[in-house]
Amino acid sequence: MRGLFDLYLAQFRTTIAVQLQYRAALIIWLIETILEPLIYMIVWSTVAQAGEGSVADYAPRDFAAYYILFMLVNHITFTWIMFEFEWRVRQGYLSGLLLRPVHPIHRDIAENMTYKALTLTVMLPTALALTWLFDPAFHFTRRTISLFVVSVALAFLMRFLLEWTLALSAFWTTRTSAINQMYYVVMMFLSGEIAPLALLPGPMQQVAHLLPFRWMLGFPVEIGLNRLTAVEIQHGILIQIGWIVLATGLLRFFWKRGLRRYSAVGA
Amino acid sequence: MTTATSAAIHVEQLKKTYSIHERESGLAAAFRSLLFRKTRNIDAVAGISFDVHPGEIVGFLGPNGAGKTTTLKMLSGLLHPTSGACRVLDCPPHRREKRFLRRITLVMGQRNQLVWDIPAMDSFELNRAIYRIPLPLFKSTLKELDDLLELNAIVRKPVRNLSLGERMKCEIAAALLHRPDVLFLDEPTIGLDVTMQRRIRSFIRDYNTRTGATVLLTSHYMADVEALCRRVIVIHHGRILFDGDLSDLVQRFSSTKTIVVKLENGGADLSRFGHSVALEDGGVALRVPRSETARITEQLLATLPVTDLTVEDTPIEEVIEQVFALE
Repeated sequence: MRGLFDLYLAQFRTTIAVQLQYRAALIIWLIETILEPLIYMIVWSTVAQAGEGSVADYAPRDFAAYYILFMLVNHITFTWIMFEFEWRVRQGYLSGLLLRPVHPIHRDIAENMTYKALTLTVMLPTALALTWLFDPAFHFTRRTISLFVVSVALAFLMRFLLEWTLALSAFWTTRTSAINQMYYVVMMFLSGEIAPLALLPGPMQQVAHLLPFRWMLGFPVEIGLNRLTAVEIQHGILIQIGWIVLATGLLRFFWKRGLRRYSAVGA
Repeated sequence: MTTATSAAIHVEQLKKTYSIHERESGLAAAFRSLLFRKTRNIDAVAGISFDVHPGEIVGFLGPNGAGKTTTLKMLSGLLHPTSGACRVLDCPPHRREKRFLRRITLVMGQRNQLVWDIPAMDSFELNRAIYRIPLPLFKSTLKELDDLLELNAIVRKPVRNLSLGERMKCEIAAALLHRPDVLFLDEPTIGLDVTMQRRIRSFIRDYNTRTGATVLLTSHYMADVEALCRRVIVIHHGRILFDGDLSDLVQRFSSTKTIVVKLENGGADLSRFGHSVALEDGGVALRVPRSETARITEQLLATLPVTDLTVEDTPIEEVIEQVFALE
C-alpha cells in the first residue's frame, strides 16, 4: 500500500510538470468544459421563461443550479483514456508500460486525479462566478453535500473503470473513434447532459435507469439539488456500486484477452 | 525443467507464429477480402533452443525479420509464445510476474521509457517509485550511471530538446535504474554516431562487469558484437544457424583469408595466387583458401619483391553474409 501511495505521489508530480508545460492547451480544454453546460443552461432557461416560467418543475434558477453542478460532476469524472489507448496500442507505447511491475491503470488513475486537482483550482472559482451571475436555486444541506461527495466519488470510479474497459476495444479494432462517438452521443441523451432526465419521456427515463450514464453524471447532480428521496439515493448508490463491481470484472476479463490479442499481432 | 535453474535464460523449442491477413492490391480485392479473408501463418520464431548463463553477454545476430526482436519480446514477457517454453530467472516471462519484471529490462531502439515533455530526471524519479528503489540505492546507482554515461548535463533538460544520442543515454539509464539482472538490448546503438556507439558499448561492458548482469543484445553493427560478445547466436528465418564463440563462427564459416601485399614496383598480376583485388594505396588484396594461406604467403615472399605483407581474417560482416547465404 505504501508503495502504491509513493507511486501515485510520483505520478502526481510528473503529471503536474507535464500539464504546466501546456498552459495554452489546458486553458482551451477548460473553456470547452465550461462552455458546454453554459449553453444548455442558457437554452433551457430561455425555454422556461418563454413558457410558463418553468419546464416540468425546473425554473430558470433550477436549470442554473443543475448545470453548474453538472459541469463540476462532468469535470471530476471525465476521462480521455478512450482516445489515448488506441494510440498506445498502435504506437507500441503500451509495451513500455507492460514492462513495468505495476498495472498501467494506476498510472492512468493517478494522472487523471492530478489533472482534476490541478484544474479544479480554476473550475471551482468558475462555478462560484456562475453562481454569482445566474443566481441558481441551491438548497444545500449538510446531508446532501456529504451524499453528493460520496456519489461523485463512486461516479468517478465507475466512469473510469467503464471507459478504461471500453478503451480496450483498441486491441481488436483500429476504428475506436466510431465507438467513442457512439458512446458520447448516447451519453449526451441518457446521462442528463442535454436535459435533466426528469424532462425526458417516461420510456427514455426507464432506459436511462438501466444504463450506466445516469449513474455517472445525472444522479450525483440530482442528489446535490436535493431532488431525490432517501430511498432513491440509497437505491442509486447501490446501483453505482453494482456497476463498479461489474466494470471491474469486465475490465479484468477483457484486459487478459486483450493482452493475448496484442501479443498475437506482435506487441 | 529442473535443468533450467542454473541458466539465467532458458529457451526450449520456442516458437512464435503470427497470422497475417493477406490480400491483393486493388478495389476488387478489397471487396473480396470483406467476405473471404485469407490468412497466412508466418513462423517468426520456428522452434529455437538455447541457454544463457548468468553474467554472459551474448550477441543475437540476424538480418531484418530474422526473429531477433520477436524472441526478445517473448523473453521479456510482451509476447506469448505459440509453443515451446522459456524461463528467465526461473520465471515464465509471459505471466509478467512482478518479481520477474523487477529484475529485467528491455531497451528497444528509441522506444521511450521517458516522458517527452519533462526532464529525464523527473522520469527517473517516477521509475524510482514504480520499482520501489530505496533512496540511497537510487542515488548511488544514478551516480554510477552518471559516471559511465555523463548524464549530469542533460538530465535536467526536457527530453524533447535532447539529441538522439543524449536521449538514448537517458533511455538506457532509465532502463537500468532498478539494477536489472537480465538486460535485453535491441539495437542499443542504432542511429548513433561512432563516438556515442563506443561510449554505450563500453558502458554495457562496465555494467556487466560491475553487476554480473546477463546481457542478450541484438545489433546491426558488428563492432558492437566484436567488442562485447564472446558468444553469438546467429538466427535466420526463425531458426538458429550458429550458436558458439565468435571466433569459431569465423573458423567455421569463413573458408578464406585475405593476404594484403605491397610490392616494390607497384602493381603486379597476382591472380595466379587467388582472387585478387587492387587496393587504392597501390597494394593488392588476395583472397586465398584458409588452408593454403601459409604456403601462398611463403611463395609470395620467395618470388616477389614484397615490401609489406599482412594476413587478415575475412571481416565478420562478410562471414555473416556467407552464413546467411548457406540457407
